[in-house]
Amino acid sequence: MSAGPDYTLYHPRWYRRRVSVWWWLQNRAYTGFVLRELTSVFVAFFALVSLWQVRALVQGPDAYAAFLARLGTPLFLVLHGVAFLFVLFHAVTWFNLAPKALVVRLRGKRVPDRVIVGTNYAAWLLLSAAVAVILLRG
Amino acid sequence: MPATVALSVTRYRPEQESEPTVQTYEVPFRKDWVVLDALNYVKDRLDGSLSYRWSCRMGVCGSCGMKVNGTPKLTCAAFLSDYLPGPVRVEPLDYFPIVRDLVVDLTDFMQKLAKVKPWIIREDEKPLAEGEYLQTPDQLDAYKQFSMCINCLLCYSACPIYGLEPTFVGPAAIALAQRYNMDSRDQGARERLEILSGKDGIWECTFVGECTKVCPKHVDPAGAIQQYKLSGAVHWVKSLLLPRGGR
Repeated sequence: MSAGPDYTLYHPRWYRRRVSVWWWLQNRAYTGFVLRELTSVFVAFFALVSLWQVRALVQGPDAYAAFLARLGTPLFLVLHGVAFLFVLFHAVTWFNLAPKALVVRLRGKRVPDRVIVGTNYAAWLLLSAAVAVILLRG
Repeated sequence: MPATVALSVTRYRPEQESEPTVQTYEVPFRKDWVVLDALNYVKDRLDGSLSYRWSCRMGVCGSCGMKVNGTPKLTCAAFLSDYLPGPVRVEPLDYFPIVRDLVVDLTDFMQKLAKVKPWIIREDEKPLAEGEYLQTPDQLDAYKQFSMCINCLLCYSACPIYGLEPTFVGPAAIALAQRYNMDSRDQGARERLEILSGKDGIWECTFVGECTKVCPKHVDPAGAIQQYKLSGAVHWVKSLLLPRGGR
């Protein structure tokens, strides 16, 4: 924590409160926020696994088979299950926040938040469907 | 309906005590009373030594911001009936130093507000004789929401980032900077860029979003900050890719 502003210097009797380490348990919104921040760890986890997969793919069929076998172990199944829930939470919370950052104006009128959120979900569905088609055909 | 309601108020009398304490007053309950009415009752009838700020009692002046049952509120707009059966907990706004009882010092915000230059900046003023700078209703609409800020500072009290990093410029000051950045008459966005994109600016914000929830004027400071992040990032990419630095 950086030093407080200097304006209390000449007012030693002003009472300055310290922020508790547990501030994020004070209300549900703060807890939700910290959980959302924590999801980034699991997003990174998925990214690392993907890189590991590419590396195995480059190393040849044996390495790739070993990689797949490793993914099938109970530890990795549980880790992936937990990570999936966090990444889902990540996606949903950020989609719902999108209209705050993205203000689109059409003919001078602001596009309603619902439309922005809906477009995000539609794009998600469309891309997921495309991935599913590619995987199922192959 | 109860005849009275308990009001638990933070007291801090620096000449007597080194830490804030809580004092409970029993005040009459009336359907049309807000927390500020109850505080005024205490001051008038029970304990004249209680200190707090208020002025307009109609949500315009922004003086009576306090925490009611843990949530930053304008006490003139917080009806006692919403907090039954009580006790109603009244505390000073978080993260500002307490001067006395419910009064906090706002100097920090005032200094930050001045730093973002919340006024119309022109590269060239046109002569008075040419008349005013005209604006269409759509152009007004682009920034009007941000101009509704009454500097009540509920948003700072709701922002844990401001609590953890006191040098953060903060929600209201950034929203007010955006109010001028998005004004079609203003040409000062570049002058505000340094403070807004600097180390205490928008990038300190991790989008908790509580500032927008507590804002009594629906200013949406969280939205203002995220929109500025987006335009700031676009500006940065342009300055990287375009020969003329995205001017």
